Amino acid sequence: MTERDRPNPDALLAAIQSEAARAQRGRLKVFLGMCAGVGKTYAMLAAARRELAAGRDVVVGYLETHGRKETDALAVGLPQIPRRTGEYRGVALAEFDLDATLARRPQLVLVDEFAHTNTPESRHPKRWQDVMELLDAGLDVFTTLNIQHIESRAEAVRQITGATIHETVPDTALAGAEFELVDLPPDELRARLAGGKVYLPERAATAQDAFFRAGNLAALRELALRFAADRAGQDVLIYRHTHGIATPWKSGQRLLVAVSPSPSSASLVRWTRRLAGELHAPWVAVYVERPGALSAEDQARLARHLALAQELGAEIVTTTDDDVVRGLLRAAREQNASQIIVGKPAGWRGFDWFRSGAMLSRLIRESGQIDVHIVRAEGEQISPRPARPLAGEAFNPRSYLAALGVVLAVTLFNALLEHWFGGHLLANQSLALIYLLSVVVLALFVGRGATLVAATATALLWDYFFTEPRGSFRITNAGDAMMFATYFIVAVAMGQLTARIRSQQNAERQREHRATALYLLTRELAESADLAQLLAVVIRQVGETFHAAVALSLPETPAANLPAPYFASTWPLNEKEQTVAVWAFQHRQPAGRGTDTLSSAEGLHLPLVAGERAAGVLSLKFANPAPLAPPQRDLLEAFVRQIALVLDRQRLRDAEVGAQLVAESERLGKTLLNSVSHELRTPLAAINTAASGLHNAGPLNPAQQALTNELEEATGRLNRLVQNLLNLSRLEAGHLKPNPDWHDLRDVIAAARQSLGPVLTNHPVTLDLPPELPPVKLDAVLTEQILVNLLGNAARHTPPGTPVAVRARLAAGRLEPEVADNGPGLAAGLVARCFDKFQRGPAAAAGGTGLGLSLVKGFAEAQGGSVSAANRPGGGACFTVRLPSAKMPPVPEETE
Amino acid sequence: MNRPFVLVVDDEPQIRRLLAITLEAAGYQVMAAVTGQEGLVLAAQHRPELVILDLGLPDLSGQEVLRRLREWTQTPVVVLSVQDDEAGKVAALDAGADDYVTKPFNTDELLARLRTALRHAARGKTEAPVFIAGDLVVDLASRRVTRKGQPVKLTATEYALLRLFIQHAGKVLTHHHILESVWGPGHTGQTHYLRVYVARLREKLEPDSTRPRLLQTEAGIGYRLVV
Repeated sequence: MTERDRPNPDALLAAIQSEAARAQRGRLKVFLGMCAGVGKTYAMLAAARRELAAGRDVVVGYLETHGRKETDALAVGLPQIPRRTGEYRGVALAEFDLDATLARRPQLVLVDEFAHTNTPESRHPKRWQDVMELLDAGLDVFTTLNIQHIESRAEAVRQITGATIHETVPDTALAGAEFELVDLPPDELRARLAGGKVYLPERAATAQDAFFRAGNLAALRELALRFAADRAGQDVLIYRHTHGIATPWKSGQRLLVAVSPSPSSASLVRWTRRLAGELHAPWVAVYVERPGALSAEDQARLARHLALAQELGAEIVTTTDDDVVRGLLRAAREQNASQIIVGKPAGWRGFDWFRSGAMLSRLIRESGQIDVHIVRAEGEQISPRPARPLAGEAFNPRSYLAALGVVLAVTLFNALLEHWFGGHLLANQSLALIYLLSVVVLALFVGRGATLVAATATALLWDYFFTEPRGSFRITNAGDAMMFATYFIVAVAMGQLTARIRSQQNAERQREHRATALYLLTRELAESADLAQLLAVVIRQVGETFHAAVALSLPETPAANLPAPYFASTWPLNEKEQTVAVWAFQHRQPAGRGTDTLSSAEGLHLPLVAGERAAGVLSLKFANPAPLAPPQRDLLEAFVRQIALVLDRQRLRDAEVGAQLVAESERLGKTLLNSVSHELRTPLAAINTAASGLHNAGPLNPAQQALTNELEEATGRLNRLVQNLLNLSRLEAGHLKPNPDWHDLRDVIAAARQSLGPVLTNHPVTLDLPPELPPVKLDAVLTEQILVNLLGNAARHTPPGTPVAVRARLAAGRLEPEVADNGPGLAAGLVARCFDKFQRGPAAAAGGTGLGLSLVKGFAEAQGGSVSAANRPGGGACFTVRLPSAKMPPVPEETE
Repeated sequence: MNRPFVLVVDDEPQIRRLLAITLEAAGYQVMAAVTGQEGLVLAAQHRPELVILDLGLPDLSGQEVLRRLREWTQTPVVVLSVQDDEAGKVAALDAGADDYVTKPFNTDELLARLRTALRHAARGKTEAPVFIAGDLVVDLASRRVTRKGQPVKLTATEYALLRLFIQHAGKVLTHHHILESVWGPGHTGQTHYLRVYVARLREKLEPDSTRPRLLQTEAGIGYRLVV
C-alpha cells in the first residue's frame, strides 16, 4: 500500500469505536419515506411481524395508524404498551410511555413518528430523544421518518415545497442507524391520495394540493433516494476502513463556518454540514466574540445556532477579537481549516453593504492558502434591527440627564469665558474645542447613546450661542459652517471611540474575571486537605461565580447507583429536583432548565463525569432566570470538569488507603498466627518430651507410671486442641491452601489413628476399603485432620466399646470416605446444624470445643468437596465426606 | 563404649534443657548452641558425632546451617521442626539431613532415630549381606526374598525399592530421593508411582497391609523402613 492508500488512522479508530459502541447499544432501524402516505408504518409493522415470527420479543411502543384498516390489521397480535395519558391546555392526550417501555425491556420496540414533538411535561422535548434513551438501554427500535424531518435536508425540502419545517431530527441522532427506504412512485401516491387513503392532519386542503404536486413529489423522491444512497455509501466506507481496504483518502479537508446571531447563520450551518458530508471532512463552527454585549434576543439566536451546529456534528470554537476577519482567520489557522464558509449578505442596505463588502474583500485577501466559500444563505424574516449605535445597551435615563447637565455646565463656562476675555481675543473655535473636550471626557463615563446626545447638543448650542448671528441656528460665516460640520463629525466619532474603548475594557474585565474564577477554583481545590473542605470550597465558589444556589449530590459508596444530597449544599433539593438529579447521574447527561431533558425543572443539574463513571451531580438554581451566555456556559463546563477530576482523585486516594489497610491487617494477622503457633507449641513440646522422658529415666512404680500416662494423654489432647484452633484461624483468614498430591488413603487413615493414639483404645476401628484402591489426589494434612476429628468425635460420643467403621468408595471422580458408628446417633435437628461452629451434642461428654465438625467442613470445602451427616437406619451416626478426585496417570508396567 | 558427643543447636532454652536431660540420661555427651553461628563454630571446634539442629533459628535458617555444615563434614544431622512445616523438613532432608523429629516429640522416637543415624554413619557404605526383620529375610547377595521361609516374587523395580529401603534402614527417605534413586532424575514428580509400588510391597511383605509395621509412611515427607 502506498502512503496515500493507507487508511486514515483516526477514521479507523473512530470506526472501531463506533462498532464497539454499537454492540452495546440497541440498533435503530428507520423506515424512511419521501412524505406522508407512502406506507412507512405499514412496512414497519410487516418487518416487526417477521421479527415476532422469528421469536424475538417485540412490543409496540407508539403506533399511529390514522384508522387505516390494513395497517390496523397488521398490528393485531403485537403486544402494545399502553400510552401515557395526560392533559395539555385542556386537551386530553395520549403520549408514548417511555418509562413503561424501559421497565418492560423488550428486545424490539416500535416507535412511530420519530420527529414528533412531545408535550411539555414529558421527560424529553422530542420523541427522537426518547428513542435515544431506549437505544442506550440496549433495546432495538424500529421507527418511521419522512425525509423532510432530517435536519441536513430540511433546507432543501423547504426550497422544494416552500413550507418551513419545524419538527426536525438532527443527523447525529441517525448516526449508526439502518435505513429502509419505503418508496412509492409519485403517480401511485397521488392515486392513493385521491382514494382517501392518506391522512394529513395539519394541512388545509389547498396546501395539500400544493404539497402533492407531481414536481414536488419527484424532487422529494430524489432527495430521499439520494439520502439512502449516501448512507449506503457511508456504511461501505466504514466497512472498508475497518477491513483495511484501501480507499481514496480524502485527506486534509477541514471546514470552518462563521456563526453569528444573524438569522442567516442557521442555513449557513446546514449548508456546511452538507458539504462536509460530501467531502467526508470534519467541520468546525466558529463564533467570533466582539466586545460589547449582545441583546438577549441575539444571544438566544446565537445559542440556537451553536446548538444546531453541535447537533449536526461540528466542533464549536469560540474566540474573541474586535476584528471579525482577524479572529476568523486566526481560528482557521489554529484549527488547520482548509476552507472557510461565510454568508453573502442577504440585502444590500446602505451602510451594511459597504461594511460587509469591505470585510469580505479583506477575508479573501488575507486568507492565504485557505479557500473561502461565500454562500448565499437565507434566514427567517425578522423585524428591522434598531439603529446600531443604541443596540446592545440598556437605556439608562440617568446617564442622559448627566450628559445634559454637563453640556449645560460647559455652556455656562464658555459663556463666562467669553464674557471675561471678550469676543475678539477668544475665537469661537476655541470654545468649540472646549465643548469637544467635554464630550470626550463625558464619553468615559456614560454610554454611547448619552454621548451621542451630548455631541449633538453641544454642536447645536455652540451654533446657537457662539456663532454669528448669535441666538439663531443660522450660520453666516463659511468658516463657522465648516467648523460646525467638522466639529459634529469629530465629536460623534470621538464619543463613539471612547465609548467603544470603555466597553472593550468592560469585556476584558469580564474575561479576566472568568479566568480568575477558574484559577481560584483550581487553586483552592488543589490546596484542600480533606473531602469536606473541598466540597465546601466547591459549593461556595460555584455559588459566588454564577450567582446561584448550589446543591451537590454524591453517591454514598463508590459503587452506589443513587446520589444523595450533600448536607452542606446551599439549595435544599425537593423530591422533583432530586429525581432530575438522579436521572442526570445515571445517564451522565445534563438535565433540567435549558437542556433537552426535563427542562421544566427549577435548576440545572450537571453530572460530574470523570472517565466512565459519574462521581456526583452539581445542581444550580440561578438567581437570574435568563439562559446562560456562551462564555458563562464554557466557564461552568470547565468548573464541572475540574470538580469531577478532583472527586475522582479523592475516590482513588480512598481506595488506595483502603487497600493498604487491608494488606497491612492481613500481614499482621499472619504474623500473629505464626507467633501464637510457635509460643503455644514450645511449652507443649517441652511437657510432652519431659513426660515421655520420664519413662526412660528409670523404672517407675505403678503410681508413677499411671501419672506419666495421664501426662502424656493430656498433652496429646492439648496438642490436638491447639492444632484445631490454629487450623480454624487459618481457615477463617483464608490462609489455607490445599496441597493436593497422590496418597494412599490407607496411609492417611493410619496416620489419623496414630495421631489419636489412646483415644481409640476402647473403640475398635474396622476398615472397609475397596481392595484395589488406587492412589487418590488429596491434601494429606487436611484429610488426616478430617479423619482425626471424625474418629475422635465417634470415640467421644459413643459408649466405650462401640466399634467405629471407616469406609471409602471411589465413584464418578469422587472419593467418599465415611466414618460411621453404632452409637446413639445424632439428636434430631442436630443433623443439619452439627457443622456449625461451637455446636455440641446435648449428651456430649465434658470437654470438646464444638469446633471439630466445623473444621471438618472447612477442610473438606477447602479441597473443593463437602461433608454431610446422617443417622444410620440401624442406629448410630454416619459422616460422609465427598472429595473430588482425579484419575491417576498410568504407571509404566514392567514384565518379569 | 564411650559416650557419643552430640551438639544441640536450638534457640529455645526449654528445649535445650530437655534434650540435655534426655540425652545425658541415655548416655550421650551434650553440648548446646543458641544460634546457628554459634552452632557452626562449636561444630568446627569440637567435631561432634551427631548434630541436632532446630530449623527455626533466629539468625541463620536451619537450611543455611545445614548447607554450611555439609560443605566440610558428613556428620549425621537430625533436624527439629514443628508440626506443619512439611516443606521445611523435606527441604532439609534433601539438602543432606539424615532424619527429622517433630516437636512435640516422643523421647523413644528421638532416641531411636539418633541411634539409627549414628549406626549408619559408623557403617559407611558397607552393607550387611543379609537383612532380617521379623519373619522377613532378604539376601542381598543373591537377591532373594523369603517370608516365613516361602520365597516372595518381586519385580525388578519392587526389589530395587526394597533394597533402597534396606540400605537406609531406620532412616527416613524423601519422595524425591526414592524416586530419583529408583526411577531416575526425570521422575521426581511422580508421587503416585511410589504409592502404587509401596502398596504392592506391603501387600507382599507385611502381615497386615492396612497397618504397616515395616514400611511406614511419613506423611508429606516420605517413607521409613522401621527396624
